[in-house]
Amino acid sequence: MDLLANLALGAATALTIDNLFYCFIGVLLGTLIGVLPGIGPLATIAMLLPITYKMADPSTALIMLAGIYYGSQYGGSTTAILVNLPGESSSVVTTLDGYQMARRGRAGVALATAALGSFFAGTVATVLIAAFAPPLAEVAFKFGPAEYFSLMVLGLIAAVVLAHGSVIKALGMVVFGLLLSMIGTDVNSGAARFTFGIPELSDGIEFGVIAMGMFGFAEIIYNLKHSESRDLLKEKVTDFMPKKEDWKRGGPAAVRGTVLGSFLGILPGGGAVISSFAAYAMEKKLSKNPQEFGKGAIEGVAGPESANNAGAQTSFIPMLTLGIPTTPVMALMIAAMMIHNIQPGPQVMTSNPGLFWGLIVSMWVGNAMLLILNLPLITIWIKLLQVPYRVLYPAILMFCCIGAYSLNNNVWDVMMTIPFAVAGYYFKKWKCEPAPLLMGFILGELMEEYLRRALTISRGDWNVFIDRPLSATLLAIAVVLLIIVTLPFIRKKREEAFQGED
Amino acid sequence: MRIHNRCDFNAGVLFLLIAAFFAVYSTDYSLGTATRMGPGYFPTMLAAIMAILGAITLGMAFSPLDAEDPPGRTDWRGMGLVLSSVLVFAVLLPIAGFLIAVMSLIILSSTASPEFRWKIVLPLATALCTLGYAVFGWGLELQFSIIPPIFTR
Repeated sequence: MDLLANLALGAATALTIDNLFYCFIGVLLGTLIGVLPGIGPLATIAMLLPITYKMADPSTALIMLAGIYYGSQYGGSTTAILVNLPGESSSVVTTLDGYQMARRGRAGVALATAALGSFFAGTVATVLIAAFAPPLAEVAFKFGPAEYFSLMVLGLIAAVVLAHGSVIKALGMVVFGLLLSMIGTDVNSGAARFTFGIPELSDGIEFGVIAMGMFGFAEIIYNLKHSESRDLLKEKVTDFMPKKEDWKRGGPAAVRGTVLGSFLGILPGGGAVISSFAAYAMEKKLSKNPQEFGKGAIEGVAGPESANNAGAQTSFIPMLTLGIPTTPVMALMIAAMMIHNIQPGPQVMTSNPGLFWGLIVSMWVGNAMLLILNLPLITIWIKLLQVPYRVLYPAILMFCCIGAYSLNNNVWDVMMTIPFAVAGYYFKKWKCEPAPLLMGFILGELMEEYLRRALTISRGDWNVFIDRPLSATLLAIAVVLLIIVTLPFIRKKREEAFQGED
Repeated sequence: MRIHNRCDFNAGVLFLLIAAFFAVYSTDYSLGTATRMGPGYFPTMLAAIMAILGAITLGMAFSPLDAEDPPGRTDWRGMGLVLSSVLVFAVLLPIAGFLIAVMSLIILSSTASPEFRWKIVLPLATALCTLGYAVFGWGLELQFSIIPPIFTR
């Protein structure tokens, strides 16, 4: 069978000593930043991106960066369960029931449920990627510039729909991101746009600078005044083994969460965060005892935790097959490929099969490592949780500053984080989501290029986007999504789903 | 006319300013036609969309249906201290070297915390300096001078 041969090829790449080592470093770092509140996978990967240039093999770089992303999903739940604080935004809902379980002396079971659920989801998602990526790549070969442009429009609209808060403001943030990406040299005409004669701007603004400023620094300034007191669990965590009753209730929830998360992860703008919210809402709806939710229901941990890990992994599918990032983290993966001169797109599977299948197999290996890292070694992570924020944030600042410097070995990038930190701080205050801005920034240049090509081919006829059936379908989905989200009934439901996030 | 939503009002004004900024500077570049787009075509289009979205956001701020609590006060002290520590790092790194730059960054940024204490900050700065150098300087072979460059020449 093809699939087996492909997986064998992947195993040959993923199981080299080097790649195993960096996979371990990735999931270890991921767990670390997942456990620590205030720094997420986005800022971390942005920080580490420049150093992957030094790695001889691009698969090694991608394996490590991917490990950080899904590893942070595991770490985030530890903090949620033990301290009632989400380590990552995707583990927000886990605080609701996970922390309650811990307060009832079932912290061990909650942690084991989260880890086992995540492992199960990770395994299933790995198989899904292996099975569905090749046929999707086939479709992608039929895409022309018009289809790519429409797909990107759909991706941006989906990012807006799935963000929480005002749809209009999220749209504005997308367009602001697109405009920011215009800064720099126009590839087509060679004109330096919006650079105001500053030579450092002629290559455009670094993505890492925006990510660190808006997500790293702005968050720190915001947290100085809003830092919550943490009530860490005093008792020793023992007794991890879920009881028979727990298996019976948590097992099916984990399966449902995995299915839902895998599906939502593939959608543009989906990924881990939305998957966990949707899974929690679904478990509460399906449960025979909805009154137990919020009081330590095991389904409320098993469902969302499986869903966020599945979503984190299946969001690699559009990135690997279409070469289009559907979340900011995936954009960084694409950047990592480009550093090594690999043009992302459907051809990666045939031109770099080792990288493609190696990454997939490494995900399963990484998930197995995470299981070991998170259950027997949990006491180490609990120790880390006792580090106070006043010690933590100077460390985050230092790593981000050096990270920004390492982008081009230039302090210009460090200084550029300052205006973005100020902007990020006010965006947060004025309830504008920064994630859609990053999506726009990533896709801006590509969108302009595909728009230009599509219109050149059609001799300036805008109908090309609706005359071609594939493109028309993609645009129609985008329009329907926008209409749905503005309907008053859905709007209310959507707000409910996002409740408790802040 | 009363402003019911301060957040939307501020965001709307900001969006309009951004749109105006990019629209004005786009006029420096040729528009071209749809078939042969100039460098000004796409940015002008985006600025127009931005202006529409800004106007809608601003309009919503006056609707009682959209009422929301105003945003909290700006933490000028925290923002000033954290960001000036970043600036100080950027300025000092090339002229004073890694050691002094990182020390200044950590001490200055730590003063932003309400629980600032020298007894904690000094060992922290030393430890982070060592860790930072071990990871970036020694481990990743990043190019920077550890002590002020004048002494190494």
